[in-house]
Amino acid sequence: MIDVNVNLSRWPFRRLVGDEPADLVAGLRKRNVTQAWTGTFDGIFHKDLSSANARLMEDCRRYGSGVLIPFGSINPKLPDWQEDLRRCHEEYKMPGIRLHPNYHSYGLNDGAFGELLHLAAARRLIVQLACSMEDDRTQPPLMRVAPVDLAPLPDRLNSSPGTRLVILNADHVHNMQLLEKLLSTGNVYFDISMVEGVGGVSRLAQKISIQRVLFGSNYPLYYFESAMLKVRESAFTDSDKQAVLEGNARRLLAA
Amino acid sequence: MNRRNSFGRRNFFKHAALSLATARAASPSSGNLMAQKPLIWDVHFHLTSWPGDTPEDRMKEIVKVLDRMGVDRVMLSLGYPLLENPSPEQLRDENDQVLRGIKYAPDRAYGFVYLNPNYVQASLDELNRCVRDGPMVGVKLWVARRCNAPELDPIVERAAAMKAPILQHTWLKVGGNEPGESTPYDIVELARRHPGVPLICGHTGGDWELGIRVIRGVKNVYSELAGSNPTSGYVEMAVRELGAERVIYGSDAFGRSIASQLGKVMGADISESARKLILGENLKRLLTPMLRAKGYSA
Repeated sequence: MIDVNVNLSRWPFRRLVGDEPADLVAGLRKRNVTQAWTGTFDGIFHKDLSSANARLMEDCRRYGSGVLIPFGSINPKLPDWQEDLRRCHEEYKMPGIRLHPNYHSYGLNDGAFGELLHLAAARRLIVQLACSMEDDRTQPPLMRVAPVDLAPLPDRLNSSPGTRLVILNADHVHNMQLLEKLLSTGNVYFDISMVEGVGGVSRLAQKISIQRVLFGSNYPLYYFESAMLKVRESAFTDSDKQAVLEGNARRLLAA
Repeated sequence: MNRRNSFGRRNFFKHAALSLATARAASPSSGNLMAQKPLIWDVHFHLTSWPGDTPEDRMKEIVKVLDRMGVDRVMLSLGYPLLENPSPEQLRDENDQVLRGIKYAPDRAYGFVYLNPNYVQASLDELNRCVRDGPMVGVKLWVARRCNAPELDPIVERAAAMKAPILQHTWLKVGGNEPGESTPYDIVELARRHPGVPLICGHTGGDWELGIRVIRGVKNVYSELAGSNPTSGYVEMAVRELGAERVIYGSDAFGRSIASQLGKVMGADISESARKLILGENLKRLLTPMLRAKGYSA
């Protein structure tokens, strides 16, 4: 099983079961996860992303034993962010990067985001874009962060052919128009961590194709079992289940 | 025939093997979790938004999903369209839909009557019609009026006399609640005026790290887990601060996935005895006087 949405390090607002690297790996192994695309909470909140990505790489190497696949964080509003991107690709050999535009205070119509997509596509890096991390109705009063507005994304993707994009932590079922536009742009995938409503994942799959749906849990911030049970709730065929749990991610990684 | 029994343990294992593995993994100290399937009762379940033109059609779909997820019984409330401040006539219509739903699947659903404190007499009449003289077993209050209002008192007293538990929606939104939307502080006020009456704090305020603290000292208020993101730590904190006996599973389906909400309990780092209490035993205990009075076998 491949979980495309896991994080290392500490969530600043509460301790989590699994927020130590060894515990995280143990928790994933117990749940039969063989590969976890792993970002770092530090990549959301820290300015020194060079250091955050180096720690992510080191923790994945030291504790991951093949399970943790690092996805470094890039903030295109930081000075010399291109060097962070280069290190993720050339030094750390990461297969992709993770973006948090809302926490890093830029919109998807920002030119820096466009440049980042171009460079990532040129390097054949998978781009993971996290739309949110938690319910914005329950955030700490001094840390209110609205979800990412995806409306500019189709145009951005049209001008960055070759981008392989994974949208994390969003519930798209209610925005069909945007879904259709995103699908028409090419290689866009969606994780299930925040897809809601009874049978929400199967409805998403019906609308966009099962091949674009990836298993992502947002673990350890969210209970892993919530994502796992969504697969069961969806009543997929065995082949569809295999695609969501592993096949689609493996194909994306190999592309 | 009892549909829950016809589904049975064998089929549960067949359909749930994947989830069982994850549930066991979540609690390695108890490898036999769900070797005996725990009773799962969902206190927060709506007819709203399900596919189907009639309550019976919708209930048919609901039963399919309950079977898939291993949920034994749901407390059904609210019909369609979803009305925040229904008139007395609209209340009756929505409750009639629920009555039809539970009649279609009496072994899978009990009814909670939807009341509106802006119409006290009509609400008391509905309480009589649906609970005292009908098959429903509890009360659902939503967002028509904040529950600390004195208009709630006659409703709570009447429900208590019937042994009907009350599920009250609450939220604590960082940007502010809607005008008629209750908070956990409001339900605590109400609970203090009615100290012997069990009140179920729907959503535990959503912002559960606050909601749990608000209700902690008021023993007749129960934490209900439905309708929020499956944020890790929620169930553990509720058990630690309230005791597992005061925590009740609910989903808020259809709007919320049963899976995402059930995963909160299945994934929590708590004892298996606590998990069983939360999944069904607490609610069954709360409802037992009512069920006995009606001659229902739980």
